[in-house]
Amino acid sequence: MNLPSFLDMGHYAPYVWGSYGVVVGFMLIEVVLLVTKKRSLTKSIARLARLNRE
Amino acid sequence: MISVLRWLVWREFTLALRRKAEILTTLLFFVIVVSLFPLGIGPEINTLREIAPGVLWVAALLASMLSLNRLFADDFIDGTLEQLIISSQPLALLVFGKIVTHWSLTGLPLVLISPILGMQLGMDGDSIVVLMLTLLVGTPVLSLIGAVGAGLTLGVRGGGVLLSLIILPLYVPVLIFGAGAVESVQAGLGAEAHFSLLGAFLIGSLILAPVGAAAALRISLD
Amino acid sequence: MSVLSKAFWLKLSSPKTFFPFAGKAVPVFAIITLFLATISLYYGFILAPTDYQMGDSYRIMIVHVPAAWMSMWLYLVMCAYAIIGMVWRTRLSDMMAGAIAPTGAMFTFLALWTGALWGKPTWGTYWVWDARLTSELILLFLFFGFIALRAAIDDEKRAARASALLACVGIINVPIIYFSVKWWNTLHQPMTVDTSGKATLPTEMLTAMLLMTFAFWAYTFAVSFMRVRNQILEKEKNSAWVAETLGGEK
Repeated sequence: MNLPSFLDMGHYAPYVWGSYGVVVGFMLIEVVLLVTKKRSLTKSIARLARLNRE
Repeated sequence: MISVLRWLVWREFTLALRRKAEILTTLLFFVIVVSLFPLGIGPEINTLREIAPGVLWVAALLASMLSLNRLFADDFIDGTLEQLIISSQPLALLVFGKIVTHWSLTGLPLVLISPILGMQLGMDGDSIVVLMLTLLVGTPVLSLIGAVGAGLTLGVRGGGVLLSLIILPLYVPVLIFGAGAVESVQAGLGAEAHFSLLGAFLIGSLILAPVGAAAALRISLD
Repeated sequence: MSVLSKAFWLKLSSPKTFFPFAGKAVPVFAIITLFLATISLYYGFILAPTDYQMGDSYRIMIVHVPAAWMSMWLYLVMCAYAIIGMVWRTRLSDMMAGAIAPTGAMFTFLALWTGALWGKPTWGTYWVWDARLTSELILLFLFFGFIALRAAIDDEKRAARASALLACVGIINVPIIYFSVKWWNTLHQPMTVDTSGKATLPTEMLTAMLLMTFAFWAYTFAVSFMRVRNQILEKEKNSAWVAETLGGEK
């Protein structure tokens, strides 16, 4: 089993990698969106806390 | 209980007939949408005859759905709905009364005008009769299921489109068997099985939908 | 307090307690996801042989089948949380229902997408209107409807209860739609998509699919917990405990 034939997937490369690419892609996007949201929420809460202390 | 129902139905009719234009808009929408298809697809009568059941049923679905907003909206705005909810009468019954009148003013006209549209699309006599029967049994189901959606989206922004998104998936079985019955008859086969299922849908929604819509109203107006 | 005690679970249902618990759980689930997915892919790509009929394209099943399972399971779980939230009035259950929905919709879409890409080389077409695919498509619309209704209503309690009712109505419909389309198909005699070939799958593939399913579950836990934590942060912005806890977690 060598790399070129593995990547080729018996000529089904676009289908197989098209599937896995989208699956991984969507899962990554979901995670990134959630992490970004958490960061912006944390920032705004920190800002609120600072304002409240003043 | 019957007298309350009778009173409610009488009230609904009176109010609706004061605004006749609204009744006509649903009907006109139905007619226009059906007329668009030949314009879009071409006047080949055999093609039109083939797609006629589906086209008519989808148009009926859309017309039905667009009219749903008016089911509760007016009473919601002027506060009558709240009164109906806190009244001592079972809410499901009152909702049922509203749905019945709503259907007779929006669904029933579709049934009555469908022969003309069927002829426009090249359907033959037997198919048209079956079409009318399927619409007669099916459009009440659309009104019943739709009432639940209307109750849930009461007063919500983007109400109309949101209602469509919520309700259309639920309409799919009715569409399948309604249009399917007509297609079956067109192909020379029987449609008993289709009608049995449509009948089952009608009975099921008669029992469950008013209760569901009542629950939806309570959620929306709490 | 032991995880097994009832008190632990009752306490966990308060957002304030759930927040740090979920925070610790997320990385654990993330690691489990990566671990299981790696082993699954090893089984599916390295160990499993090339299929005689379908060639290497059948390796798409490793993600396609689990995604389809997840889409259905998550709809049920979402409904369950929604009902629990309605009946027992626990806010966290409502939040969990809302947190699962986007992930459920995603898996439904992935099932459809990978299914189309598997269908093309195997049966020559990206799409066919059979009962399974059509029901899956409708399921996607049901998820969207749930999310859209929730988003459109400003009042949180009303949004949770309205979407809960919608989810329950949807759940009754999914089997009806499935059988309707199945029945409709027998009349129209469409292309028969023969999925009975599943019985002759090599064990390595089955192992891979099973492991990937667990990986997807672990992923869903991680992602849903993250989403619920964000929701809690958003709602309890002004509470004292939030600022403290965030400071502690950094």
